[in-house]
Amino acid sequence: MATNYALTHATATAELAPRLTVAEEVAKFVRTKPLGAAGAAIILAMMAVAGFAEPLAPYDPYRGDYGLQFARPSADHWFGTDEFGRDILSRIMYGARIALFVGFTASFAGCTLGGLLGVISAYYGERLMDILLAFPQLILALAIASILGPSVENVVIAISIPIIPRAARVVRATALSVKENVYVEAVSALGASRPRVILQHIVPNVMAPYIIILTAQLGGAILAEAALSYLGLGTAEPTPSWGLMLSGSAPSYAEKAPWIGLFPGIAISLGVFGFNLFGDSLRDALDPKLRGR
Amino acid sequence: MQTYIAKRLLLIIPTLLGAAALVFVIMRVIPGDVALLIFGGDQAGHIDPKQLAAMRHRLGLDQPLIVQFGTWLWGVLRFDFGNSLWTGRPVVEELLVRLPLSLELALAATVVSVVIAIPFGMLAAVRQDTWVDYVIRVISIGGLAIPSFWVGILCILFLVIWFGWGPPLEFTPPWVDPWANFQQMVWPIVTVGYRYAAVTTRMTRSTLLEVLREDYIRTAWAKGQRERAIVFRHGLKNAMLPVITLIGTEFAFLIGGLVVTETVFTLNGVGRFVVDAVAHRDYPVVQALVFLIAFSFVIVNLLVDLTYAWFDPRIRYR
Repeated sequence: MATNYALTHATATAELAPRLTVAEEVAKFVRTKPLGAAGAAIILAMMAVAGFAEPLAPYDPYRGDYGLQFARPSADHWFGTDEFGRDILSRIMYGARIALFVGFTASFAGCTLGGLLGVISAYYGERLMDILLAFPQLILALAIASILGPSVENVVIAISIPIIPRAARVVRATALSVKENVYVEAVSALGASRPRVILQHIVPNVMAPYIIILTAQLGGAILAEAALSYLGLGTAEPTPSWGLMLSGSAPSYAEKAPWIGLFPGIAISLGVFGFNLFGDSLRDALDPKLRGR
Repeated sequence: MQTYIAKRLLLIIPTLLGAAALVFVIMRVIPGDVALLIFGGDQAGHIDPKQLAAMRHRLGLDQPLIVQFGTWLWGVLRFDFGNSLWTGRPVVEELLVRLPLSLELALAATVVSVVIAIPFGMLAAVRQDTWVDYVIRVISIGGLAIPSFWVGILCILFLVIWFGWGPPLEFTPPWVDPWANFQQMVWPIVTVGYRYAAVTTRMTRSTLLEVLREDYIRTAWAKGQRERAIVFRHGLKNAMLPVITLIGTEFAFLIGGLVVTETVFTLNGVGRFVVDAVAHRDYPVVQALVFLIAFSFVIVNLLVDLTYAWFDPRIRYR
């Protein structure tokens, strides 16, 4: 039996919580995650230096001056000069571009491909990933780098391929549990094709681990670029890459000009440190199991 | 349990075969010809094509790929990895010269890292979001951020400048002269151990944090148990599974993955051997090394899985 209820418009009396402005959101993040905020500041500074390298850098990073070889750090050359008389500070500033480019493209490509494979393998088995995981990562990168030859683009490919199985494993684990949800069963029962189920219903629900592994791999990719360049398989001279600046000349002139090896190392460490700090706090914030009590 | 181990041992075969096939193909795809390199590389000018063909024939490179792969596999079954195309000596012999150094480095770095990582990871988790946690996190994230080759360069820099010490060229095994071995290996071990400890500390912290939020921990608190008992008996033991997995997999990769550290400290280990072999297109050496690393990876993985049952009695293998 239907009963007619008189419809009255009640007015809610409780006040809505005020919506946070962007500045307040930032302030909240800084207050609750001070380490993450420090990481974000480092990343932003690095991006700014990379973006405005031309106006900021005091010298041309490629131009050598043989009268100024091994100049000590001074007011003219803050970080000194290298064995060709090139200004180290300027080379570090331009080097931030290579580091960010390789870091972002390699981890994005590796994690995206790996994530897709992970989602697909949640449906179709995992043997291939096992083989790739048992394969030493650095040897894989070394082999790929020596197939392709030294250049920035090839470094990206060499670094992103070993990321694929790692990302796949993480995303697969989440995809396996998402797959068991009732709504997935429901759309399948309604006749949705498997690609459609995967792309429209599984993929959006595995975005959190995807973002976490992406930020986690960013710092690693920057380090891998440095290591490959250090071994002579990454970017080639005279490109100002941080790893390249540490290879060859830095150890051989260690006694004569320790600053050649000191500052690029600080730059790499600081950059990767920023990404790791930020990634860590992001994971803490996104993963409900890790939130503070 | 026995059935489980047997099943796992059988599963090793396809994994190893896959890794072997993959490296076989990759090495053949890399441009560059070992026969040409032996004669002095591409810049060598006029090399007699007949000589080149004879060299290829001698090295067995003129046979079809599948035959080469089969020959190699048959050798592996008899523990014969062939001869290095570059030095002509048996690969097994070349490996045995370098393996003690790499194993020592990997083992010692693992011990150092476990001793540091587990107590500090625990402390950071138990005191989450206090200054203790922040200091431990900053130091451990630093360990991940600082490139190990740079730490190595800095170590050598300070040792050279302050003590006039340079890394020796010859490796002294610990059973020949323990003190000389210690002097040579301590800095590489510290360099690798720090990075490795950083990874393990973070893993210990985050898994212990997850475990400490479980209901049974709250029950233990409610029962009035002391913090030490809760953290050690209920928390740590349950948090160890992912940590052990991590220690195991990292260890397997340490055996061949220390190229950079070995390069910095001029150590003649397995890692540098790989890089040189890739550069020389020394197929048998690269294949043997990848095989060795993949083999230790699957064995360590199996051992790790078996220790699970000890840490978590609910896990029963069938």
